Amino acid sequence: MKAPSFSYARPGSLSGVFELLERHGDRARVLAGGQSLLASLNLRLSAPELLVDIACVPGLTGITVAGDKVRIGALTTHRQIERSPEVARHLPLLAQAVRNVACAAIRNVGTFGGSIALADPAAEYPACAVALDATFVLAGRAAERRVRAREFFRGLYETALRPGELLIAGEFPVSGDGYRSVFLELARRRGDYAMVGIAAHARTAGGRISDARLAFLAVSGTPVLAVRAAAALEGRPPDARTVAAAQAALGDELEAPADLYASRATKLHLARVLLGRALGALAR
Amino acid sequence: MDDTLPTTLIVNGERVTRNVAARQHLSDFLRDELGLTGSHTACEHGVCGACTVRVDGAIVRGCLMLAVQANGRKVDTIEGLSDSGEIADLQEAFHRRNALQCGFCTPGMLMAAQDLLTSQPEATREEVREHLSGNLCRCTGYQAIVDAVEDVLGSRRRGRK
Repeated sequence: MKAPSFSYARPGSLSGVFELLERHGDRARVLAGGQSLLASLNLRLSAPELLVDIACVPGLTGITVAGDKVRIGALTTHRQIERSPEVARHLPLLAQAVRNVACAAIRNVGTFGGSIALADPAAEYPACAVALDATFVLAGRAAERRVRAREFFRGLYETALRPGELLIAGEFPVSGDGYRSVFLELARRRGDYAMVGIAAHARTAGGRISDARLAFLAVSGTPVLAVRAAAALEGRPPDARTVAAAQAALGDELEAPADLYASRATKLHLARVLLGRALGALAR
Repeated sequence: MDDTLPTTLIVNGERVTRNVAARQHLSDFLRDELGLTGSHTACEHGVCGACTVRVDGAIVRGCLMLAVQANGRKVDTIEGLSDSGEIADLQEAFHRRNALQCGFCTPGMLMAAQDLLTSQPEATREEVREHLSGNLCRCTGYQAIVDAVEDVLGSRRRGRK
């Protein structure tokens, strides 16, 4: 199908963006890479009056390391994340996750900030940000504020962004010494939306798992941090009994509602399989 | 009423300026305004890859980019790649390997394959499959397409030596 009619503006500054968002309220949508938004317009799932293209706003692209943080600008593309030596070195979880984002042509255009602000429950970056305890930088006309990823995702496509605010960057703590990361997802076709996925980050020194952060995607409206499974692993080597205990704990904390293709039992089973694989990979 | 914006693009090396409706995506612009019907439109939500073109050297989904977003940028379509001879060997390999039947996906496949051939000249068969995973073909079962791309990977490698 074709998109409905809308107006289009390409402001050259943040203040220009805020002005348009203020004037048009919820009749305006922010356009970053557009790899989800334009699809939803073509499918007529959305009918904004105005698209505010932020491509020409300076300062929103790039990956920088400052102290113990990696800052990723909102307009940084998946491709730039995939090719970034800084991400490979400091955020191996994200480096693995990005390879699961759609396909090459979409990764060339789609952006980090677009994925975070859309908050699709099957998206990769939100789960990584929750696992790594990242913080998002939200800019408004009057001020800038920071919101932890763990508080940012509020529900299905619902975030802490207020009307008129723009997500301008994410800040990730660099992966600490002795920590390892594994990202895995199951999709029906390569590049398709995940049925279930896991972003796992843990300390693995001395053959024992500690401080495990296990964020699941596509099992609820938001990424889910599996704290009971992590507790079952704390301080233990990931042997068969420990892995089984962690897998069992998932039953209490993952909602995993049935979708068109899989029942709750199937999704929960797949989540347990992925957790087992992730722990195996962490221990290697 | 459709909002139109003056938009200038360099398409296959030629500068074109048109008043473009904001809602028109790049594929429809290329096909309907410029008559470049080699890029196909099918799913129009980013799944099939038949609309793949190059913008500033990188492959993109023509259906997921507004023509106005491409303002000031360089767009290459299958017509450009074909006429310049850039992919003559790839087209020949597709023909030889029977890598197309109905041909609907072929322009997008060729764009994606050429992108791989230039960016990863040492790609393995698995990497070929990965790179083409965003392009759907409903005739061939993909094996022949992957065979053709592998052939050209090999012949271009030999050509460089």
